Amino acid sequence: MAQITIFFTLIIIGYLVGQALEKKHYKSIAEREQALVNLVTTSSKRPVGKMDAIVHCELVRGNVVVSIDYFKRLVAILRNLVGGNVRSYETLIDRGRREAILRLKESCPGAIQIINLRIETSSIYKGEGNQLGSVEVLAYATALYSNEPI
Amino acid sequence: MFVTNTEEMHGKTITTCLGVVSGSTVRAKHLGRDIMAGLKNLVGGELVGYTELLGEARDQAMDRMKDQASQLGANAIVNVRYSTSSITSGASEIYVYGTAVIVE
Repeated sequence: MAQITIFFTLIIIGYLVGQALEKKHYKSIAEREQALVNLVTTSSKRPVGKMDAIVHCELVRGNVVVSIDYFKRLVAILRNLVGGNVRSYETLIDRGRREAILRLKESCPGAIQIINLRIETSSIYKGEGNQLGSVEVLAYATALYSNEPI
Repeated sequence: MFVTNTEEMHGKTITTCLGVVSGSTVRAKHLGRDIMAGLKNLVGGELVGYTELLGEARDQAMDRMKDQASQLGANAIVNVRYSTSSITSGASEIYVYGTAVIVE
């Protein structure tokens, strides 16, 4: 009986806190994306469009490890029985990628363009039964500057 | 040392190519971070300890690659790639490689 109580308590905590945190994270992602919308970012190897002469370029990166909450993990396990879209993992990885790209952009103030963006995802932690616990997303790119960085 | 992940160095000219250089590091997370991560796994969200750990590991791998390149006499590394592999559930390997060149 005690075990069942603990289990349901964990699910309820996971659901309530997890949902609140995710909503907060998405809000902050949206705001920061809006603030950085003018920084052109491409996965092309050459600069896009007309721009000033480039005098400096450097490698920049951003990484983040995100984890899924207890409730969503349970939903994903149930989802495995019937198949279909696993929404709880979709939002997890979406958050990770957008956050990593934002950190990359924030790490190079003064850049005029970011080219050759590469994104790499790896699962760094597997819980019991080999289910996915958390993913790491790494984004790296070359930042171009039209004047020497300070 | 200039480092980029493009094939050419924008704004500079490559004069000599010196070959592939690489750096790697294997990191394990420590117990305190592991316990915190276990708690954080309950509610989801970012695991700050792991993010920092992997960031430091990448800096170290990058430093090792730069050391190797400066021994060859290079002043830049182009076409850099990162790769991550998890060896056991507790440790991950960070590998970074690129081409050492001389630019002017």
